[in-house]
Amino acid sequence: MAYDSIVLVKQVPDTANVTADAMKEDGTVNRGALPAIFNPEDLHALEAALEVKERFGGTVTAITMGPPKAGEVLRACLFRGADRAILLTDRRAAGSDTLATSYILAQAVKTIGRYDFVFAGRQAIDGDTAQVGPQCAEKLGIPQITYLEEVVSLEGDRVRIRRTIGHGWEGVEARLPILATVIETANESRPPAARRVMRMKHARATVEIEGAVRNGMPDADDAARQAEVKKRAEALQQRGLLIEQWGLDAIGAAPARCGLSGSPTKVHRIQAIVLKKEGHTQVSATEEGVRDMVHELVVDRTLG
Amino acid sequence: MANYFTDNEDIRFLFNHIDLKELARLQEDDFTRDRGNGDGYAPDDADDAVDNYRRMLEITGQIAGEMIAPNAEQVDREGNTLNPDGTVSLHPLVAENLKRLSQADLMGFTLPRKYGGLNCPSLVYTMATEMVSRADASLMNLFGLQGIAETIYAFADDELKDAVLPRFAYGEVTGAMVLTEPDAGSDLQAVRLRAYQDEEGNWKLNGVKRFITNGCGEILLVLARSEADITDGRGLSLFYTERSEKVRVRHLEEKMGIHGSPTCEMVFDDVPAMLVGERQRGLITYVMALMNGARVGIAAQSLGIAEAACRLARTYAHTRQQFGGPIERLPPVAELVTDMRIDVEAGRALAYETARVCDHENNNLRVLEWGENLAPDEKKRRKKYSRELKRVNGMLTPMAKYYCSEMCIRVADNAIQVLGGSGYMKDYAAERYLRDSRITTIYEGTSQLQVVAAEKGVTSGVFANWIEPHEGKQYDDPELAEMQARLVEARSRIQEAIQFAKSTGGAYLQLSGRKLVDAAIAVMIGHLFLGQAEKNDRKKAVARRFLQRELPVVRMNCEVVCAGDAAPYEQYTLLAGPVPAAD
Repeated sequence: MAYDSIVLVKQVPDTANVTADAMKEDGTVNRGALPAIFNPEDLHALEAALEVKERFGGTVTAITMGPPKAGEVLRACLFRGADRAILLTDRRAAGSDTLATSYILAQAVKTIGRYDFVFAGRQAIDGDTAQVGPQCAEKLGIPQITYLEEVVSLEGDRVRIRRTIGHGWEGVEARLPILATVIETANESRPPAARRVMRMKHARATVEIEGAVRNGMPDADDAARQAEVKKRAEALQQRGLLIEQWGLDAIGAAPARCGLSGSPTKVHRIQAIVLKKEGHTQVSATEEGVRDMVHELVVDRTLG
Repeated sequence: MANYFTDNEDIRFLFNHIDLKELARLQEDDFTRDRGNGDGYAPDDADDAVDNYRRMLEITGQIAGEMIAPNAEQVDREGNTLNPDGTVSLHPLVAENLKRLSQADLMGFTLPRKYGGLNCPSLVYTMATEMVSRADASLMNLFGLQGIAETIYAFADDELKDAVLPRFAYGEVTGAMVLTEPDAGSDLQAVRLRAYQDEEGNWKLNGVKRFITNGCGEILLVLARSEADITDGRGLSLFYTERSEKVRVRHLEEKMGIHGSPTCEMVFDDVPAMLVGERQRGLITYVMALMNGARVGIAAQSLGIAEAACRLARTYAHTRQQFGGPIERLPPVAELVTDMRIDVEAGRALAYETARVCDHENNNLRVLEWGENLAPDEKKRRKKYSRELKRVNGMLTPMAKYYCSEMCIRVADNAIQVLGGSGYMKDYAAERYLRDSRITTIYEGTSQLQVVAAEKGVTSGVFANWIEPHEGKQYDDPELAEMQARLVEARSRIQEAIQFAKSTGGAYLQLSGRKLVDAAIAVMIGHLFLGQAEKNDRKKAVARRFLQRELPVVRMNCEVVCAGDAAPYEQYTLLAGPVPAAD
């Protein structure tokens, strides 16, 4: 039996390599100062979907919501084996918090229609909320299994999954379709495949073509640019390289529930935290020394 | 997130410096002919192709840095396993490394697209091989065996090609070149493994092979004696067979280094096989071609080890504090570290130039192969060109293999010296680099054999022809022109030494081979550095330092040759002393 998976992926600023100008005066992320990367846990979600496809057959569809530049992560999905990629982009979606984002993504999943799995990374390294996956599941009305470590077995519409619960694992069984959020230890993400890279590196969404045409024909009028965009899009379409692009209307999303108007989250305060080392403790290399140290760590709740 | 392509300034510089678009046009037949578009991944033009090459190297660099390198230490400690039934289990991490490379479609780097290959020039493959070796030198022995598929592509019939090559390109199989025997090492003409035809005319193989890298692989190209009555190389043919119960690995060698690479002793017990190409051309044509590619591969492997060792030493010298500061401030340490870096770049200049010329030769031969459409004049021109290239490569390939392998042992050795006591311990990778490096001057032809081949080119005028355009080049920069003049002067000195050695006689010429080849290589690399220095100021400093260091050595080598001392062979017994009594 074959299974169809949808993977929710996100392009994020590389917060692992933060530089001095990573934050603006007002405490928001200075996206321009950080390189944009594929959210690390989303790569593991993609891998989980590709492994299901390899083991049981089926398809993998990648979706991302974001600005035109987010097309880059969709190409990264295609290079690794995704069959289909959809760019959700709409100015009215800008400023969405997790509630609005999960609404939009759930609408997109519904628009795709048939699916067995929705995989998402546990959380994105820019917001670290881990809310979008679970909220999507709620809106889709399907079971959510967070912290997926392994798809243990899959028979008919029954899936058994091992999930991490911090100090151990839990085996759960669910009836498909489900949404699962995937953690880093679930798998090792595969590299891009050279033949697919060569074949698909020119894949673009229309909005990306528009950007390229604007840069490439700065003096042309709108009509000429539009004609050029149409020409290029058709050429890509013929080669199967036009990335699908959906706006809010295409997925039947109510604009009021999207973007800033759909986002009740308010940032109360931003605190700059500087981590400092303060003092140190010498632990003697004896049974007793180690025991005392462990005891101390348990007492201050570092362990246990 | 280590990426061994993007973090390597010199490889990236050479990627831009060398005319890859020219190689792309050769490789893709000027983008004119139907180039076998596979399932739609042929490049549109030269820029597109070069962009592909860059992407291939980025992927290779990512896999090398992120996936292969972290596994290297454990693979080295644990090695592979010989099972009682004569099969071999690769170390799980070696298997995982291979899986990653297959997933990334990198196991058919140079094969044509119609078999699922990437159709990359061998120069790009050489760069990739170097990066894989930097991560784990022993994995190169598996990744670097793609020459086996190339040999099948070049010499086997279409049926075999169609059946086997896609399996290589899709990473389903790896192969082995099964040549060496207990009594046939450097002298492959002595191969004894017997090939005979049964009543139905089917070929069977019987005998023993030794020191076979990846002999446990699925695809075996076996050199065997098909003509019982011809005792030299003309009695040997090349055979294709696959792993089966009739091919048993009876011993897995315990080696000094490259522990991830299984080295097998194999028994062939009436193994059914297919003849590749024509009878009697096994050694003299096919294996020689295979070897040439493999030698460039060893040069790349050597570069990878040297690069890894050099980086380790550079970092250590910078961070290790002694006498109130980092040890790199001590002039003798600074000399060790800069010498290592310059040595690596020197080897790379020579190896990449060699791979580039190989691409010209391979593509020219390929055009001649489907030459029915060639006009007679064109055919004649290409044949002449082919002979020229063969001569040049006959010199460059052994030079690159020889220089890079000797260099990598020196660099790995010096890395341990920079790390001092720590380098001698297993806590650092330095000792692994030295152990891994040591094989490179031995397999695929020892340094001594490379020198014999290279010396023919140096003394027969190939060297002079190669050098001519470099000496005639006009440099606008007076500093470069001055360095060029010093190289011209050094070359005339070498020419004198060549004349002297030739006039003294054959044995003396052999004795002088290494010194003459060393001198010639130094001058050639000097010219390659000058070309690089035109575009890069740091390379100007590299060129200056290289000449400063090497030209006196050239003079010394020439002086020793011209002294005419033949004592090593004339007074061998006297100087070597008596053969030690058995214990």
